[in-house]
Amino acid sequence: MDRTKVVTTIKDRFDGRIKRFYDKSAGRIYIDIDKKDLVDFARLIFKDMGARFNIATAADHPEEVEIMYHFNFDGIGLIVTVRIYAPKKKCKVESLLPVMKGAEWIEREIHELFGVEFKNHPDMKPLLLPDDWPKNKYPLRKDYKLSSKQEPC
Amino acid sequence: MSHKVTIPRGPYHPLQEEPEFYKLIVDGERVVDIDVRIGWNHRGIEKLSESKSFDQSAYLVERICGICSTSHPFAFVNAVEEIDDIKVPERALYIRTITGELERLHSHMLWLGLAGHFLGYNTVFMWAWRYREPILDVFEAISGNRNNYAMMKVGGVRRDIDDSEIPYYKKVLNDELRPAIDMFKGAVLDDPVLAARLKGVGVLSKEDAVDYSVLGPTARASGYDIDVRRDEPYATYDRMKWDVILCREGDVFAKAVVRILEMYESLKIVNYCLDNLPGGPIDANVKQVSPGDGIGHHEAPRGEVFHMVRCDGTNRPVRHKVRAPTFMNFPSFKKTVVGETIADATIILAAIDPCYCCTERLQAIDHRNNKTVFDAQKMIHLSQHKTWDLGRTMGFSEKELTERMGRKIE
Repeated sequence: MDRTKVVTTIKDRFDGRIKRFYDKSAGRIYIDIDKKDLVDFARLIFKDMGARFNIATAADHPEEVEIMYHFNFDGIGLIVTVRIYAPKKKCKVESLLPVMKGAEWIEREIHELFGVEFKNHPDMKPLLLPDDWPKNKYPLRKDYKLSSKQEPC
Repeated sequence: MSHKVTIPRGPYHPLQEEPEFYKLIVDGERVVDIDVRIGWNHRGIEKLSESKSFDQSAYLVERICGICSTSHPFAFVNAVEEIDDIKVPERALYIRTITGELERLHSHMLWLGLAGHFLGYNTVFMWAWRYREPILDVFEAISGNRNNYAMMKVGGVRRDIDDSEIPYYKKVLNDELRPAIDMFKGAVLDDPVLAARLKGVGVLSKEDAVDYSVLGPTARASGYDIDVRRDEPYATYDRMKWDVILCREGDVFAKAVVRILEMYESLKIVNYCLDNLPGGPIDANVKQVSPGDGIGHHEAPRGEVFHMVRCDGTNRPVRHKVRAPTFMNFPSFKKTVVGETIADATIILAAIDPCYCCTERLQAIDHRNNKTVFDAQKMIHLSQHKTWDLGRTMGFSEKELTERMGRKIE
């Protein structure tokens, strides 16, 4: 599967549901989609097109949390990044676990560090933070103060 | 009738070099389920990096892990350079490749030793670590450090290789190290006891490898053909011919085979780079990083290290994501350990060469009263204090040391 084929397959199969398609360079493509289409998209790119799930990156914005899912096409050195935005007021996203097991830990990490809920994730316990970490404190959000001493670390 | 027993192991255990906690649920001798807890090494590096400049971040990520200490800065500089598509001088790229491959050599040696140790084959442990030493000597000659080499910087490398020392490096690699790897190849691959102990143990099928998206030797031992050095070449990996080692079996033995044979490929790459090292500058002198996202990776000894850096035009990242290979390899334990005996669990868990400090990316805190014992400032102070004391022992006067270090360290 070469690069043009990857691009046309994604555009054909996801016709009308792509919000923004950004062809950054030979090795990087960024695609913005709506969060309700995420599982469909992951199934297409991971199961049907044989991409490798690399990792997900979350980033904090004032009103929403941005989540980027990076998928590698190893034979051609291409990374397709799928981007969704979850509003902080109702921070819920579908879990990708039914599609691939590799997403289990990163979803737990994003849950505790950014406060994103993942629907259908069977085991949403903390990964890195202690069990008695206070609720509603998310260390990687920008409004979290690094110097606060009240949390157990 | 089944009778399930839970065996806790960790977080601190004499056989573990780093803190982790396994709950092995066993039925008789067989492991039927496993629960892994991590978090004892969580240092908040991603958050810290947001408050450091690009130059400082390269040092910071170097301190994520002591064994693969060049992998994280390597991936980090790749990510930052990708934002502006910076052209790095050719000589710097060669030096980066040499550092990366030497690291793979010493890391695989270290794993081999540890694996031997876990199996009770302590001869391998002693010999592997003995032959790892010359590689660290080469590192010391190149960078001044046996570990945490601080070679990478955005736009180039920090230290140049002295051309007159290349014959020495080649002598160490080809006359000392290569015979040693030959010996290990014979001692491990042809040993009937190891074969009986490791073949067919802890098998990860290719389907599971893909499903869990495992990386590095763990993936390649299961026939999952991935290696970012070949798939998306960076530095100088596309300049020479080398092979990606692939096995199909997916057991612990295959993982050992992949690692041992990979050392030969690393030797090939380092030899080529040393023979063809071009002249010229080693730094592109980057002054400014534009706003944008950059993704960089490097095939570390344990698998692909992934860094994503988002810059807003200032001198520090807005978001810096670090993903170490163990993060992806670790959850595959559920597939490899379940169904095996407790006696085999240790070596199966060790077979992915787990690295917890990478996975959890400091601050020392007394858990009982939540009091910070050492914060970052205090640790820096301790380090300066040590340098000061060393300087005094070496015979420097207080005045000289104050000049060198900028101030008097109390």
